[in-house]
Amino acid sequence: MEKRQVYLDYGATTPVKKEVLDAMIPYFTEHFGNPSSLYTQGQEAKHAIDIAREQVAALIGAEPREIFFTGTGSEADNWAIIETALANQKKGKHIITSTIEHHAILHTGDYLETLGFEVTYIGVDSDGFIKLDELEAAIRPDTTIISIMYANNEIGTIEPIEKIAAIAKKHGIAFHTDAVQALGNLHIDVKKLGVDLLSMSAHKIYGPKGVGALYIRKGYQLPTHIHGGGQENRKRAGTENLAGIVGFGKAAELARENLVEHIEQERHLRDYFIEQVLQQIDDVQVNGSLESRLPGNVNITFKYIEGEALLLFLDMKGIAISTGSACSSASLTPSHVLTAIGVPVEQIHGSIRVSIGDFTTKEDLDYTIEALKESVAKLRNISSVSSSSGW
Amino acid sequence: MAMYNDKVMDHFTNPHNVGEFDNPDGEGTYGSPVCGDMMKISILVDANDVITDAKFKTFGCGSAIASSSVATDMIIGKTVEEALEVTNKMVLDELGGLPPIKIHCSVLADHAIKSAIYDYAQKHGKTYAGLEGFDPNAPEDEDEHAIPEELN
Ligand SMILES: Cc1ncc(COP(=O)(O)O)c(C=O)c1O
Repeated sequence: MEKRQVYLDYGATTPVKKEVLDAMIPYFTEHFGNPSSLYTQGQEAKHAIDIAREQVAALIGAEPREIFFTGTGSEADNWAIIETALANQKKGKHIITSTIEHHAILHTGDYLETLGFEVTYIGVDSDGFIKLDELEAAIRPDTTIISIMYANNEIGTIEPIEKIAAIAKKHGIAFHTDAVQALGNLHIDVKKLGVDLLSMSAHKIYGPKGVGALYIRKGYQLPTHIHGGGQENRKRAGTENLAGIVGFGKAAELARENLVEHIEQERHLRDYFIEQVLQQIDDVQVNGSLESRLPGNVNITFKYIEGEALLLFLDMKGIAISTGSACSSASLTPSHVLTAIGVPVEQIHGSIRVSIGDFTTKEDLDYTIEALKESVAKLRNISSVSSSSGW
Repeated sequence: MAMYNDKVMDHFTNPHNVGEFDNPDGEGTYGSPVCGDMMKISILVDANDVITDAKFKTFGCGSAIASSSVATDMIIGKTVEEALEVTNKMVLDELGGLPPIKIHCSVLADHAIKSAIYDYAQKHGKTYAGLEGFDPNAPEDEDEHAIPEELN
């Protein structure tokens, strides 16, 4: 087979679409004004940000004034959790999240623990769904915020956010969701969901890296996170990443226009890929829910081999995928997500994430399946464990 | 930019001495799949105590496989005493270096060699100075372990 370049790590990041780049370019050179300046160039820049805010708002059913641009999705997560926690200390110092969150949430929780906050991590079932009864039981009078991700970055499980938000609301607790992976991959309507805070990032939806946004429900009091100038309605100071924000807006607009098609196409390719891998390679296991799952996410375990070695073989064939853990050890936990859904540690080492996107073709997948077959066979031949010898 | 140098990649993609013997004179395993790498080395030893052939089977990352390949190359043709002098550092040098978080994988190789020789010594009632104090069942070093990659 002729060597191709096959990018299958859209979950990590996406290329900037041509239309997005075209929309951005003038804001580096011609329309470079500072959006806070009062003369024409400044006002033009400000207008461009207003448009982008409308575009991002439209993608999630929010009002433009509920969208606050940030530097990254991680920043939005930090802002939502830390400022809510700090602002509500009179009520209490207890936070609830899950065991499968992105590190932008988990490490924020660790940080708050150093400040004397208490964090409860809710477990998930073998498909990666939050245990709702466990969540309800964890709620205490001093709980101030619940943060549960919309869709998981490793296994793609889509959480029942509407139900979780309702539970939080019933108890008068703020609810945040990290929607970085969900954005542009499923229909999001913040009003219907009933969330207070929702994090987004541009680079997962064919926008540029280094731009994110936080949705803050109208009426929700979230303190200022970066102190300084009056940008972002005085909540996040700093001269805006103008071109980046314009790019995020354009990417959001494209995502909204193409949503149905995008989901349909990715799901189709994903299901084809999973089916073929299961058919053509032995001792394979798909991790995560097969129903409520991001359309482009595949997470599979190839038993008896190690994922990084597989990643290298695929890389040599021009294929980009990612693994859940590097050559690691018992002293360090491999993939907290796969651990949380109960995948045995030795199998976690052989797990990879393949994430499909808008530029993926069936030919790319066929090429990848061939490469996988060959590489897995080669590594199994080298391996000191096998289906006959066992682990 | 690649993570490993050409020599490591070469041994990883075309590893030497993969396999097992039907009747090995010595066989040793080190590591475990739970830890992310497990190396098994088998040796054939002649009447003059020379390792005439060695084979390996490894579950592990690229550098674990490359270390196994190089380590088996290194001991073939050596006497048992000489093979016991093969250190982690020598395997590492032979590979032209590994990324710091992967150095652990070469430790595996020198341990697996010793385990195989230990097995040989046990079966043949031999003792070697180089095996003094060696415990094939000692737990893995916790020191130089890799940091797990985080998914975005
Ligand atoms: C679920 C999730 N949350 C947060 C982030 C962080 O976003 P960013 O890279 O924009 O900081 C990512 C991706 O990296 C993610 O997948």
